[in-house]
This record gives sequence, structure tokens and C-alpha cells, in this order.
Amino acid sequence: MTYLKKPLVGFGIAAVLLFVVAPVALGDFRLNLLAKYLCFAIIAVGIGLAWGRGGMLTLGQGVFFGLGGYAMAMHLKLADAGPGSMPDFMMLYGQLDELPWWWKPFANPIFALAATILLPMFVALLLGLLIFRRRVRGAYFAILSQALCAAFAILLIGQQGTTGGTNGLTDIQGFFGYDLNDPVNRRMIYFIIAGSLLAVLALTWQLNRSRYGELLVAVRDGEERVRFLGYDPANVKLVAYVAAAGMAGLAGALFVPAVGIISPAMIGVVPSIEFVIGVAVGGRASLVGPALGAIAVAWAKTALSEKVPSAWTYFEGLLFILPIVFLPGGLASLAGMIRRRRAVVVDNPPAPVEKTPVEVTT
Amino acid sequence: MSGLSVRDLRVVFDGFVAVGGVDLDVPAGDVRFIIGPNGAGKTTLIDAVTGLAKATGSVTFEGQELLGRKVHKIARLGVGRTFQTATVFEELTVLQNLDIAAGWARGPLTLLRTRKGVPPEVEKALETVRLTGVRDKPAGTLAHGQKQWLEIGMLLVQNAQLFLLDEPVAGMSHDERDATGELLGQLSKDHTVVVIEHDMDFLRRFARTVTVMHAGKILSEGTVAQVQADPKVQEVYLGHPVEA
Repeated sequence: MTYLKKPLVGFGIAAVLLFVVAPVALGDFRLNLLAKYLCFAIIAVGIGLAWGRGGMLTLGQGVFFGLGGYAMAMHLKLADAGPGSMPDFMMLYGQLDELPWWWKPFANPIFALAATILLPMFVALLLGLLIFRRRVRGAYFAILSQALCAAFAILLIGQQGTTGGTNGLTDIQGFFGYDLNDPVNRRMIYFIIAGSLLAVLALTWQLNRSRYGELLVAVRDGEERVRFLGYDPANVKLVAYVAAAGMAGLAGALFVPAVGIISPAMIGVVPSIEFVIGVAVGGRASLVGPALGAIAVAWAKTALSEKVPSAWTYFEGLLFILPIVFLPGGLASLAGMIRRRRAVVVDNPPAPVEKTPVEVTT
Repeated sequence: MSGLSVRDLRVVFDGFVAVGGVDLDVPAGDVRFIIGPNGAGKTTLIDAVTGLAKATGSVTFEGQELLGRKVHKIARLGVGRTFQTATVFEELTVLQNLDIAAGWARGPLTLLRTRKGVPPEVEKALETVRLTGVRDKPAGTLAHGQKQWLEIGMLLVQNAQLFLLDEPVAGMSHDERDATGELLGQLSKDHTVVVIEHDMDFLRRFARTVTVMHAGKILSEGTVAQVQADPKVQEVYLGHPVEA
């Protein structure tokens, strides 16, 4: 079973870094920031699956991130308010005498927890059935997912009385009985997030190496060809799309206790694009590339915004353009390139055949 | 009625009649070559049979109506095809290509597991199309001829009963042509094969029956000798009498 060893070593190193090195090396503030970055990394792993492996440029993962985040935040707000009471913002706006019916089930912790993942997956299933059966793909798919994202944010903003509007759901105090102002509990949240990231990576690793993973790559590279082999590519894509939505939902649910707030500004068009940038930088088709890319980009955003606030926007634009033009495989492809170059130096065979870069829009 | 049966097939693209009322019968076990000048509608005919091009009329295979079904449903009925330019999954290995081709009937649990070893039907196909030695190479690195054979191998493991091969030997070397011809002979033992081909030498050596198409219609049909002796064929397709 030698082929199992390398990934296991990789997981071991990641676990040591996340569970031992980071908590020791970072202060409470930085560790909490890292927790937030790891949430983005979880979304990124899903995007890597859907976009890198499945060829679906998901520019609207904010929808699923938001569904998961709001589902979690609704429960936490209700728990903060206590049984029978309404969340603070509803009292403040004073338009409602009673909790809206669609808030009520979220008082149940098990329902809310399940909803954080299952609700985004269900929405993705419905959307996917409509989109993939109609053979919407490429740039049209990307634009459609982005439009949905914008629509979702606008919907949330418009329903101020029940969703908190532009402010979102803020000032979340507790997490299933644990006080979020206590640094120990915040640390616990970090560990939950780190563990979730490892679990999501393990799941995606298995998906990638399974027969399904091979089929997904085949659909990405030759959707029409796969039909002639007796498969309906719509179903193949649907699985990756729904899985990616579930991961984004999980990330949203974990983001809420880590940051204490969820608002339309965090799930709209701009954040959705930012999720994708990290994946492009890291290398969309690899397993750890998207996660590392997302962490690196989020870290760079904080670091740069702290020093030169106005520079970030330009840097972000560059980040999107540079990998697409010069390094379509992302940073993850650098390792392979170096290995190949070394092989050339050692054996001196004829230069390796240049692979044609995969089209960006698909 | 076994084999492939086409009745009054019409394919019209924006008013252009690509195939204009074709009747064609390919009995089970035949090796039928379809020839004709460029634009005769040969590839469109195959596109219509496999569900890629919208058509009217009737196409049945082993008694099942194919027109109106989706591409993947037609493939599941045992109709397989190759393409003029070999289309294999270049980033996947030969083995992975074949394993995917063999798998449309797999359940979700099998799909989510990793492939262990080589399925027997894939092993057999690898030998038949002579790719055992390169099975772990990415399909993109194969030679042109090998890609065509890989496609034929994919049809084999897909369990296709009817093979529709679109110019399988175009661009092949002499030796590769001979090998492909032998492969056709092997295939014809338990499959029905329809080949679109321009290469007259290849046709003379390996065709059992020939259909000549011209301007979307069937011009002539019969054995190689019969077709070659047909003055209509000589006029439109070859442009001059054949010395054979």
C-alpha cells in the first residue's frame, strides 16, 4: 500500500501544523484570523472540485456560504435571545409581533446544524438540475451563478425586518452554550474549523482518486464525448456541484462563530470572486492548492490592508490576472514544473512537450 | 429486424439538406463501408443515428427506434461511434479511458470507490487493440493511430454491438492501416461494423459491402466489385472509370 503513504504523510504534516504549531506560534487574535482563513480554505476545496476537476467556474459560491452562515447565525441568535424571545434586531426594528414561521425550526439545534449543510446542497441540487440539464456551461454558467449571488444578497438586504438587512445577523454571543467572548472557547472554534478542513480535504481526496473523480475529469475535458459512452454528464457535474455547495455551507456555518457576524457584504458578488481568486492562485486542479491559495490570499489581504489599505484592490486584480496568464495550473503546478526541469538537466532528453493550457472560461 | 435499419432519414440544417431521404439496411455481422465525396452526408448520417443531429424518418437498431432518444440513451442500446479526429480523454491514462468507457452501468457506490486492478473486459480490450504496453500512459501522448485504436477499444468495453467508425485510418501509416484492417476483421466476428472511409485501397481489402452516398442520397449499394462497376459511381465519385 505504498501509494497510500504519501498522502497520509501530507495529512500528518497538515494536522501537526494546524493543531500544534499554529496554536503555539500565534496569539489569540492571529489564531482567530487563521480560523476565518480556514473557512475560506474549506470553500476553496469545494471550488477546486467543481472548477478544477469538473470545469464549472462557480463564481457564486457566496450563495451556499451564505445559506450555511445564515442557518447557523439564525440558530445562534435565537439561542442568544433565549426561549420564547425574538432576536434583538427584530425587537429593534419593531415591525414584527412574532417570530416569522421560517425562523422557528432553526430554534432546534439539530435542525439548524443539518440545515447548514443540507440546505445549500438542496438548493444546489435544484439549481444544478435546471442548469446542467439545459446544458448551460462555460461563461454562461459563471455569469448565471454570479447573478444568483447578487440576487440572493439583494433579497437579504430587502428583508431587513427578518434578515437584518445590510447589517446582517450581528453580535453573536454564544455557540451552543459556550461564551464566544472567552478566548478558550474561541480556540475551540478554531480547532473545530481546522478539523473540518482536514475532513473536507480527506473527502475530496477520496473523490478525486475514485472512479467518479476520473469520470469528472473526463466530463470536464470532453463533455460531449462522455455522452457517447452512455453517461449523462449533467448527473456527473451535479454531484461535484452539490458537494462543493455543501462544503461552502459548512464553511459559512463555521465562519459565524469564528467571526461573530454574517452579512450580505460577506456573501455577495465580490466575496464570491475572492473565493475563486485563492483557488486560481493555488492551483485549481490540485487537492491542497486551492486551500493553500485561499489562506495565502486572505492572509495577504489582511497584511496588505493593515499597511497600505488602498493597495489591496490593485493587488487583488493582479492576483487574478497573473496566474491565469502565466501559471494556469496555479502555484501547485510549480512543483511539477521544477521536477520536470530538473529531469531535463539530469538526463538531458529532448524538451518535454508543452501541454496546451486548459481554457480559462470553462 | 436485426442490424441497423434506416428509413427515409432526413437531416436539414437551416434549410440545407445534408441528408435527404436515406434508406439503408446493414444486417447484423456486416462490415459496411460508406463512401462518397466530401459533403455527401456520411458523417451527418452517423450523427443522426447516434442522436447528435436532429433528424426525421426512422432509425432502428435491433428493433429499437433510435430517433428521438438522447445521445447517452442511444449509446446504452449498444450503438457506439468514433470520430474523425480521435477524441480520447488526453489527461487520463489509456487504462482510465477504457475503465470509464466500461462503466456507465456502475452504481454510485462503485463509482465512489477507487479502481482496484484492471477489470477483465478492459484487459481483453487492451490486448485486442494492442495497447497493453502503454496502458499507464496518458492518452494524450499516444500516436495518432493508437488513439484511434483506443477509441475502438472504448467501444469494445462499452459493449457496443454496432460500431460506427468515422474515417478510422485517415492519417495512418501503412502498417497502422494493416493492423486496423485486421482489427476490423476480428471485430466483425461478433459486431456489426459501419465504416466511413476515403481510402479506396483500404476499402477494397476490408469491405464486405459498400454504400455510396452523394449529395445526401444513396447512389449505389453492393459488393466492392458491383459498386466499382456502377457507371453512376464512376461519374460522381471517382470522376473517371476505374481500372481494377
